Amino acid sequence: MTYRLTPEHEELRAVVRELAEERIAPRAAQIDESREFPWDLKELLAKQDLLGAGLPEQYGGTGLDGISQAILVEEIARADATTSLIPMVQNLGALPIVLAGNEDQKERYFPRLASGEWLIAFGLTEAAAGSDVASNRMRARLEGDCYRLTGSKRFITHGSIANVLTVFALTDPDAGGRKGMSAFIVEADTPGFSAPRVEHKMGIRGSPTAELNFDEVQVPIANRIGEEGQGFKIAMATLDQSRLGVAAQAVGIAQGALDAAVAYAADRQQFGQRVVDFEGIQFMLADMASRTEAARQLTYAACAAVDAKVADLPYWTSAAKLIAGDTAMAVTTDAVQVLGGYGYISEYPVERMMRDAKITQLYEGTQQIQRVVIARQLLLRAGIGSRSKASAGPGAGS
Amino acid sequence: MKIVVCIKQVPATAAEKRYTSDLRLDRSASENVINPLDEYAVEQALRLQESGAVENVSYLSMGPAQAGEALRRAMAMGGDDAFLVTDDALAGADEWATARVLAAALDKLAPDVSLMGMASDDARGSLVPGAVAAIRGLPLLSYASELRLEGNTARIRRLNASGFDIIEAPLPVVASVTDQVGEPRYASLKGIMAARRKTLETWSLADLGLSAAGVQGGALTRVVEARAPEAKPPTERIENVGADEAVTKIADWLAARKLI
Repeated sequence: MTYRLTPEHEELRAVVRELAEERIAPRAAQIDESREFPWDLKELLAKQDLLGAGLPEQYGGTGLDGISQAILVEEIARADATTSLIPMVQNLGALPIVLAGNEDQKERYFPRLASGEWLIAFGLTEAAAGSDVASNRMRARLEGDCYRLTGSKRFITHGSIANVLTVFALTDPDAGGRKGMSAFIVEADTPGFSAPRVEHKMGIRGSPTAELNFDEVQVPIANRIGEEGQGFKIAMATLDQSRLGVAAQAVGIAQGALDAAVAYAADRQQFGQRVVDFEGIQFMLADMASRTEAARQLTYAACAAVDAKVADLPYWTSAAKLIAGDTAMAVTTDAVQVLGGYGYISEYPVERMMRDAKITQLYEGTQQIQRVVIARQLLLRAGIGSRSKASAGPGAGS
Repeated sequence: MKIVVCIKQVPATAAEKRYTSDLRLDRSASENVINPLDEYAVEQALRLQESGAVENVSYLSMGPAQAGEALRRAMAMGGDDAFLVTDDALAGADEWATARVLAAALDKLAPDVSLMGMASDDARGSLVPGAVAAIRGLPLLSYASELRLEGNTARIRRLNASGFDIIEAPLPVVASVTDQVGEPRYASLKGIMAARRKTLETWSLADLGLSAAGVQGGALTRVVEARAPEAKPPTERIENVGADEAVTKIADWLAARKLI
């Protein structure tokens, strides 16, 4: 997969980095401590047109290419992982409509999502259906010109603050999750919809992860995405692309931790010299930088694969997410080590980054699920194909 | 009504500064940005355009080809078009040479207001706005904390030691602004994309009817030495003592220097 970073990419990076360093980074510790969604930063990102990056220009978006979208998320995540979820989830929630929605749905929802007036969330995961998406149980029963949705979702990022959600429910329970699931657009003010609880989490604490209840929630047929029974396919196609957001977020977290570690090591004196002058520290920083760069370049290559609509897209995006997530975890862990005791306390940002990094190994498909996807692509390439019944799903949280 | 905002590309404030062998700032060695004080001039111009007082906002810069990046960034914030005067003969131009070139370009663009930041972040001479006004024979409204345009008049507010002055002059004028005009906006993504479609015109000295000898021959200053400021003594730290003892130590330190 070939790609080239253009002057436009570098310009975007410079602009978003300036915004992130000046306005987002100073808020990061407070967001983590208070566990409150940063509404001010959501408004800021909206004002700078950064919430419609994945939406076409004709609907008010900016229609950025894949690498630009990755740079946008990466630079925000370098400052604060919670805030990077705002554009990420705006993209994730809208992707089912981008991929399978009709013109009417795009016209009704995209302008409000692109402007940031509305937030969207992606409602797929259930308490008993994480990696195993096909075992979803939520029902959608057609009555007259409306579906009635009943059941519950769990681990839904922004589920409690979104104005609208893309939700997956069984229209044909007998056919099972793979054939009997359909996708819907649900507005959050519809009677019967509630978000009774948000989770207490290790990281990305300012980003509400909600449990959702659906009690006979009426959804007009006009809000079904695609045909009945296409839900599983739409969900998988969405995740095949959206996991690049997680990869970009992971690269950004790693870069933020690396930058903090280098700055600290250059300043800290022990045994009469700068800590960075010890070879043991230099080797750690060199490994952290090399791994981060490798994850970044694989992520960009996967972005180019999305833009090129390659047949083996899941191979690229899962490989990028796998490598980037593991890199974020390893690099942030090492960053804490470089800072020593100071790395372990909240006076410095790296312990927060380490806690934030963990989620990139879990959501939108655990690292184990990514390996399943990659292995399946390998078998397809070898002409063997896969008869595995195990569904490749998103894993906890979406 | 038309404003031309003059902007300079400078090394980022925090960047390490290096000099070439002939004592010029090495601009290739560091990250370059729009002079932060010029961003306030951009902001003031765009606010006037948004209020309807001004129809057209253009940008003008003199510098190497890479200064076009600063002009693109300004156009991403808003405004209409940009002009870059670039010529190998201009390397090392002093404030006076710069002012002559900008004045010639401004004569060609003929704006109602030629707007600048109050100083550049690298040299901090603060001479160019006054020099440009003098060369062009126009009123200078300097150090404005606010600029208003009414009818044929430009009016500024300038802070002084006890309050502020209101100063006005008939258009056209040269004006410079302080950081009091309002926080510069960030370029929005749509602004960045729109800026790629805006025109950036490049002029040489010949395009302005100037000769290298005429401009540089008129240089009034010469850099004879450049050196880093002397290192400050290390910061004294008062650590691991009780609050009362710390207060006493700090008070003693201040008293020893007759500061309290």
